[in-house]
Parts: sequence; structure tokens; C-alpha cells
Amino acid sequence: MGFLTNLINGVSLGSVYAIIALGYTMVYGIAKMLNFAHGDVIMVGGYICFVCMNNLGLPVAVAILLSIVGCTCLGMVVERAAYKPLREAPSLAVLITAIGVSYFLQNSALLIWGADPKVFKSVVDLPSLKFFEGQLVVGPINIVTALTCVLIMVSLTLFTSRTKMGKAMRACSEDKGAAQLMGINVNTTISMVFAIGSGLAAIAGVLLCSTYPTLMPTTGSLPGIKAFTAAVIGGIGSIPGAALGGVLLGIIEIFAKAYIGTQLADAIVFGVLIVMLLIRPAGLLGKEIHEKV
Amino acid sequence: MSMLKITDLNVYYGSIHAVKGVSFEVEEGEIVTLIGANGAGKSTTLNTVAGLLRPRSGSIEFEGKSLVGVPAHKMVSRGIALCPEGRRIFQDMTVRENLEMGAFTRTEEESLEMRKRVYESFPRLKERRTQAGGTLSGGEQQMLAMGRALMSKPKLMMLDEPSMGLAPILVQEIFDIIKELNAQGTTILLVEQNASMALSIANRAYVLETGRVSMSGDANELLHDERVRKAYLGG
Ligand SMILES: Nc1ncnc2c1ncn2[C@@H]1O[C@H](COP(=O)(O)OP(=O)(O)OP(=O)(O)O)[C@@H](O)[C@H]1O
Ligand SMILES: [Mg+2]
Repeated sequence: MGFLTNLINGVSLGSVYAIIALGYTMVYGIAKMLNFAHGDVIMVGGYICFVCMNNLGLPVAVAILLSIVGCTCLGMVVERAAYKPLREAPSLAVLITAIGVSYFLQNSALLIWGADPKVFKSVVDLPSLKFFEGQLVVGPINIVTALTCVLIMVSLTLFTSRTKMGKAMRACSEDKGAAQLMGINVNTTISMVFAIGSGLAAIAGVLLCSTYPTLMPTTGSLPGIKAFTAAVIGGIGSIPGAALGGVLLGIIEIFAKAYIGTQLADAIVFGVLIVMLLIRPAGLLGKEIHEKV
Repeated sequence: MSMLKITDLNVYYGSIHAVKGVSFEVEEGEIVTLIGANGAGKSTTLNTVAGLLRPRSGSIEFEGKSLVGVPAHKMVSRGIALCPEGRRIFQDMTVRENLEMGAFTRTEEESLEMRKRVYESFPRLKERRTQAGGTLSGGEQQMLAMGRALMSKPKLMMLDEPSMGLAPILVQEIFDIIKELNAQGTTILLVEQNASMALSIANRAYVLETGRVSMSGDANELLHDERVRKAYLGG
């Protein structure tokens, strides 16, 4: 049963990574930048939900909704204020700015909510499911997390393949100049992708804090970096790749913790990244960079 | 009044002065061609008209209204489409999706109707409509790029080297289509390396030389001009 329990926890954690990684990968796809502040949006999402539930006493659904709305706005504001002015700047400048935004968000949270961890109450208030005469216990949050991840994946796939805006997003990811010639407003499209990515980060934040209930200003940074790793393993820029990479990473992490040791787990996760990149530099589902003349 | 009137246009890339005081006009219903050697500033000129580049000085007027400062994504609604150099079709999107993007500013119904018309002009695209753009042959990609530009129902269509890298028989086909489009009422501004072909279908032509207009006039006359023959038509 230990194996099954670990697998379930792995898939659940991996689903959170996948949701974060989707944001990373979509933003990278269109803006060609690594938004290192993405992980901290998760933390902000967690805090908004926490404040709404604990301090304002709002219903869970409203708290989650406000958290999503808040992060969506935050993502758009950050893009507008910090990244848009650097659209033509060298990528190193953008990267450093993203790291700056990350510290800005963490320190703002420190100022507003203080350093001591908050205990986050799970948003899913249901009894655990027991199988095999109580030998296998599945937390309801695990099921909700995995289902949410699947739902998000399916919605995003439909959005990018069926809707005009989704297709415009893909067009911008490929060639911004050509997209403009079609009449697509590239700035609006990039802003929309940041909005979607940050909204997803809020959902990830709520799910993560419901599973691992300590909420601190640094809560988002490690999951953020791991989700970035997942996006790279899956093939940065690829939506199914991000989901696959996320789930794989979650499973690897939980199994490494269970069978090898908690201290080594993170080292193993990043070790996997290095090995993966040596074998398949473009990632599992990433496409080989081919220059066409 | 000319449809497109460019006066004393100057465009820079940093400190490189690529277009130096170029002036020219396109009348409604015409085919006008810009010819010139590599690096003469032909693409720079078209990209500036399309709003992808900003001129340092000079004026661009389309139907009497200034285009300077109008962002590139607003040009299709004004009635201007550019089929860019190197085609730049969306490689990972299907032929159909590429065409849909061409009609981005149009309604669903208009898009559908234009797609039918594009498929009539380019039956090959219809056969390949579910194929990814990047997997098309060079000639098919050019047809897709032209079809995509047509999807917005432009009044003025600018084409940047549509014959580049195509076999002679395809070049002929592409030029026939351009003539046909013009006959149906689209005004054409054509940039070409293949000067003899371009001059043979155009009404008027401008010769660009290192960022300046060095000659201009009736296309047929230029086709038989001694200097043009020497410089651009291989004797
Ligand atoms: N992005 C750029 N940065 C700097 N210089 C550029 C850039 N693009 C073009 N140039 C320069 O501007 C000049 C004009 O280039 P342009 O592409 O307009 O020429 P062209 O007439 O279209 O040539 P071709 O027939 O080879 O396409 C050239 O000297 C070129 O080197
Ligand atoms: Mg050119």
C-alpha cells in the first residue's frame, strides 16, 4: 500500500507542479522570457485566499475566486510595469528584472503578512476516502488537485486549438511580426497570457497550501523553481509537455523522499533535470530547434 | 489622388541609414513594382509602410490619411496587407489556421467567405488545409502567405519577393495569380529581385539603389531601358 500511497501523493504534488509549469511555459512561449516571479504569484494567491477565509470569513468558493482575480490582475500589472518596457531589451536584462520582481513580491508579503508561517486550512472539507479496509487512505485534496489539473489541461488545449484568441496566442508565440501583420495586437495578447498564467498560479497556490498547509512569503519559490524544471523537462513552450513534466517531477520527488531520503529528494529532482537535458536538450515533448531558410 | 503616397521617407536601423529620402506613389488599381539590388532598401520600405518599422522622417499617406505612427496591427483594418519577405507563415499552425489568422480582424462569416475564395485561387491549399504550414513545399508556402494576406480583403496588397526560391514554372504561376488579383480590383505594390518578370506585369516601376530612387517610370519603358537591362536584367 505504501507504493500506492506514494504514487497518489506524487501525482497530486505533480499536478500542482503541472499547473504552475503551464503558466511558465505559456509565458515563455509568447514572451520568450523566464518569469522567475511566477512562483511568488503562487504565494500571493495563497495569502489572498487565506485572508479571505480567515480574516474576512468569506466562503471558500469566494475566497478562491478572489485569489484568482487578484493574481490575474497582479500578473497583468507586473507584465505592464516590469516586462513590457523591456520588450526589445537583451534577455539577461529581462531575467534580472524577473528575479527583482520575485524579491519584490516576497518582501512585500513579508511586510504585509510577517515572517511567521500561517496555517492554511484546506479548501476541501471532506472526509478522506478509505480503500482496502482502511489500508489505503486518499485525501480528498489529492483527488481535487488531480482533477483540477486535468480540467485545466483540457481547457487550455481547447482554448489554444479552437478559439480565435487562443490561435492568436500561438501565432504570436511563433512570429510576432507576422502576427501583427494579421491585425493581432501583440501587447494585448501577451498581457492575456500573463493573466491566464497568473490565474493558474493562484489555483496552484490554493491547492499547494491545502496539501502542505504552511504559508510563508517564501512558500512559492521552491515549487516555482521545480515547476520551471518540469516545464524544461517537458519541453519549454509545450503545453502537454509542461503537464507531463510536472506530474513526472512530482512522482519522482515523492518516491525519492520515501525510498531514498528527504534531504536528497530535491537534489535528485534537479539531477533528473540535468540528465534529461543531456539526453534530450529540447525536453520530452519540445520540438527540436530547426532553422528553416 | 494617389492611393498611397510616400514623400521623402527616411528609415534608419540604429545609425544605418537604409532608406534615404524615398518618394513614390501608387494609384488605385495599379501594379507598381520596386526593383533594386540586394540591400537597396526595398524590404525596409515595405516594412515601414506596414508599420513594422518607424520612419525617422517623411510622410506616408494612404487614401489621404497619414500612416506614420499607426501600429502594424491596425494596418489590415485600413485595407493594407503585407505578404512579407521569407513568407513567415506560422509553421506549427495548419493551412486553415494560417488563413484564419489572415482574417483575424474580420467576422466569422467574412472569414469563411474569403477562405472559399482563397481556396478557389489556390486549389492546392484546399487539398492541404489540415497540414502544418511548416511542412508545405516552398511554392505552397508562398501560396499560403499570399492567401493569408488576401484573407483580410486588402485594398492594397504589398508583396515582398514572392518569387524567391521558386522554380521558373512556379514563378510564372505566382505572377499569373498576382495579375489575376489585380484584375479583380486589388492594388499591388510588388518588390522583386526578378526584375524582368516584375516589369512585365507592372504598370509602373521605381528602381531603388542604396536607399534612393535612381529611376522611375513606365514599367514597359524601363524593361527596355539600357541602364536597367545592364544592371538588373543581366545585359
Ligand atoms: N534589422 C536590421 N538591422 C540593421 N540593418 C539592417 C536591418 N535590416 C536591413 N538592414 C540594412 O538595411 C539595408 C536595406 O535592407 P533591405 O532589407 O531593405 O534591403 P532589400 O532591398 O530588401 O534587399 P534584398 O533584396 O536582399 O531583400 C541593407 O544595407 C541592410 O543591411
Ligand atoms: Mg528584401
